[in-house]
Amino acid sequence: MTPRRKRLLAVGGVLLGVGAAVGLALKGFNNNLLYFYDPSQVAAGLAPLDKTFRVGGMVTKGSVARAPGSIEVRFVLTDFAHDVTVSYSGVLPDLFREGQGVIAHGHLRDGLFVADEVLAKHDEKYMPPEVAKSLKHPLPPPGSTT
Amino acid sequence: MIPELGTFAMILALLLALAQAVFGLAGAHRRRQSWMAAVTPAVTGVWLFVALAFGLLATSFIRNDFTVSYVATNSNSALPLMYRIAAVWGAHEGSLLLWVMILSTWALLVAGFSKSLPVAFRARVLGVLGLINVGFLSFTIFTSSPFARLIPAAPDGSDLNPLLQDPALAVHPPMLYMGYVGTAVAFAFAVAAMLSGKLDTSWARWTRPWTVAAWMCLTCGIALGSWWAYYVLGWGGWWFWDPVENASFMPWLVTTALIHSLAVTEKRGLFKSWTLLLAIFAFSLSLLGTFLVRSGVLVSVHSFASDPSRGMFILGLLLFFIVGSLTLYAVRAPTLKSEGGFAIVSRESFLLLNNALLVTAAGLILMGELWPLLMDAFDLGKISVGPPYFNLVFLVPMLPLVALLGVGMHAGWKRALLESRSRQLMILAGSAAALALLVTLLAYRSIGAPLTAIGFTAGFFVMGSALLEPFAQWRRGQGMPRAALGMAIAHFGVGLLVIGITGVASYKVERDVSLAPGESTSIAGYDFKYLGAKPVLGPNYEAVEARVLVTRDGATVSDLATQKRVYRVQRNPMTHAGIAVAWNRDLFVALGDDLGEGKWSMRVQYKPLVRYIWFGALVMAIGGLVAILDRRYRVARAAEAAALSAHAPGTAG
Repeated sequence: MTPRRKRLLAVGGVLLGVGAAVGLALKGFNNNLLYFYDPSQVAAGLAPLDKTFRVGGMVTKGSVARAPGSIEVRFVLTDFAHDVTVSYSGVLPDLFREGQGVIAHGHLRDGLFVADEVLAKHDEKYMPPEVAKSLKHPLPPPGSTT
Repeated sequence: MIPELGTFAMILALLLALAQAVFGLAGAHRRRQSWMAAVTPAVTGVWLFVALAFGLLATSFIRNDFTVSYVATNSNSALPLMYRIAAVWGAHEGSLLLWVMILSTWALLVAGFSKSLPVAFRARVLGVLGLINVGFLSFTIFTSSPFARLIPAAPDGSDLNPLLQDPALAVHPPMLYMGYVGTAVAFAFAVAAMLSGKLDTSWARWTRPWTVAAWMCLTCGIALGSWWAYYVLGWGGWWFWDPVENASFMPWLVTTALIHSLAVTEKRGLFKSWTLLLAIFAFSLSLLGTFLVRSGVLVSVHSFASDPSRGMFILGLLLFFIVGSLTLYAVRAPTLKSEGGFAIVSRESFLLLNNALLVTAAGLILMGELWPLLMDAFDLGKISVGPPYFNLVFLVPMLPLVALLGVGMHAGWKRALLESRSRQLMILAGSAAALALLVTLLAYRSIGAPLTAIGFTAGFFVMGSALLEPFAQWRRGQGMPRAALGMAIAHFGVGLLVIGITGVASYKVERDVSLAPGESTSIAGYDFKYLGAKPVLGPNYEAVEARVLVTRDGATVSDLATQKRVYRVQRNPMTHAGIAVAWNRDLFVALGDDLGEGKWSMRVQYKPLVRYIWFGALVMAIGGLVAILDRRYRVARAAEAAALSAHAPGTAG
C-alpha cells in the first residue's frame, strides 16, 4: 500500500467512525430527551400527552394524601401560579417533604400526572435549578422551611 | 489562633507554589541550574505547608471549634470522631483543600521518584504541577477559604450531611481525587515534552507508571462511589448516569485510552501526538468535572449547594489550561513525528481501535452531559438526557471493545501472529458461549434478551483469554514480567465487571410493597416476611428499625434489619438498607414510609451478581498496581541515571 492510499484509508476510516458516532448520538437523542415543564406550562396544555416528561415544583403543604396502608400516594406540585396533581405508587425518596422542591418523571393521564419516579434533593440547601427558576415567588430563606 | 495559622500556611504554600512554577519553567527555559535546583525544596515546602493547613483544619474539627464557619456548618459535637475527620472534605471548601493536598502529594512523589530524569525535563514537569497548584491554592484562598471565622460563634454545629456519614464515603472523595488530580501528572509530563520538543520512548516509560497509578485511584474511587450509592441512597442501583457520576467517568475512559496509547508510544514510538492529546483531554475532563460539580450549572440530584461565582473562577482556570495546552500542542505536535508503521492486524491496530472506541464513548457521554446546558443557554427548553441515551451510546462502542479485547491481548506488535493462538481463542469463544447458555438456562431459567447471552459470552471470553498467557507460562514453569501479569489481571477484572453488569441488568427484580407485620412478599423465589418495627437510638440519630426475615422454600436465608434514621441536627430522614450478601446475589430491603395502620412501604430487591461489578473494578485496580511494580521501570531508571551522569546535565531540555 502506498502512503497516499494509506492516508486515504485512514481519513476514510476516521470519517466513517465520526459519522457512525454522530448518527448514534442523534438516534439516542431522538428517543431519550426528557423535557421539563413547570405546572403553569402543564396547565396551559404545553406538555405532551403521549410522551413521558418531567415536571417540577414545590410540594404544596397539606397536599400529600394516601389511603391508610396503601402504597399509592397523591400530592400537588405547585409553582404558585398553577398546580399539578401527581400520583405515585412506590417508595418516596428520603428527602421528599411538603414544602420542598421535587421533580417527578412520568406522563399525563386524564389531567393526573402519573409518576414512575420522584426525585428529591440530597441537601438541605439544594434546589433543582429548574424548580428554582420556575418558582415565581421568592424562596423562603434556607432552614426556615419545615 | 489555629484557623489564622491555617490561612497563613496556605498563603505560604501559594507563594512557594509560585516559586515552584517560575523556577521550574523559567529555569528550564533559560537553562539556569541554580533556578532549577530550587524546585525540589519548593515542592517540599508546598507540601509541608499544605499538610500543615490540612492538619490545622482537622484539628479545628476534632476540637469542635465552631468559631470556624466551615466547621460550624459541617460538624457537630455529637458527630463521631471518625466522621469529624471525614467532614474535613465533606463540603466545598474542605474538598478543595483536599484537592490541593493531593496535588502537592503527587508533586512530592514525582520529585522524589524522578531523580533520574533529565534536569530540565524534571524542572518543567514540577513547574507545570506548581502552576496548577497556584491556580487551585488561590481559588481556595480567595473564594473558598475553609478557615473563615464565624462571629459570633455557633453554639453547636449544624452537622455533616447524614448521607456522608458513612465509612465508604469517608474514603471515596480522597480516592477519587487522587485519580482526578493524578491526571495532572500525565498532563505535566505531556506539557514538559511539548516544551522541550522531545518525545521518545523513555518519555512514555516515565509517564506510564504515573498514569496507571492515577487510573488505579480513579477506578477505586468510582467503584467506591457506586457502592456507596447502592446501599446509602437506598435505591439499590449501582450506576445512574448522573451528571456528577459522568464527570468522574469521562476522565476514567480517557485515562484508560491514554494507558493503552502510552503502551504503543513506549514500545513502538507511535501515536505520539495522539498520546499527548489524550493526556491533555484527561486532565481537561478532570477540570471540567470539578467545574461542573462545583459551579452549580449541573442539573443533578447529586448536586450539593454551590456558588456560581466560584464557577467563574474554575471556568477561568479550565480555559487557561485547556487553551494554553492545546495552543502549545498545535505549535509543537507536528514536530513530534512517529516513526514506523504497522500491519492491519497487529497489536497497534487493536490498541488504535481500543482508543477510538473509548474516546467515542467519552465524547458521546460528554455530549449528553453538555446538551441540556446548551439547550438551556439558548432558551430552547429545559431538557435532561436520561439513562436510555447513555446506555445506548455507551453500550454500542463498549460491546465491540470487550470482544476485541479478548483477541487483541494475544496480538503481537507490528504484525500479529494470531495463528499461534487462533485455535485456542476459537475453542475459548465456543466454551464461553456454551457456559453463558448454561448459566442463563440453569441458574436463571430464562435465556433473557440477546444482550444477556452476548454479555455473558463476552465476559467469560475475556476472563478466559486473560488467563491463557499466565496459564501457559505457569505450565512452562516460567514467571511472567509483572507488566504482562498486571495486564492479564486487569483484563480478567474487566471480564468480571461485564459478568456482573450483565447479570444484574438482566435478572434483577425490584418491587415496592406495602407490608403489615406478619405479611410477606415474594420475589425471585425468596420470601420476605416483615416481622415488625421498633425504635432504636444511634449516637446522633433516632431510627425506626424494621426486621425482615428472608426464607427460601421454608429455610431461613437471612434476618435483615433496615432503618429509617432521622438525624437529630439536620432532621433529614435517611434510609439504611438491609442487605444479605452471597457470592451470587444480594437481597436488599429498604424501609420506606409509615403508611398508617401499622403498614410500611418497603423496597425489596433481588440483585444477582451485583458484587462482581465492584469486585471486577477492584481486580482491575490490582492489575494496575502489579503493572506499576514491573522491574523495567526501576531498572530503566537506574540505567538512565547512569547514562545521564555521563552527559552534561540539562542538555535534554
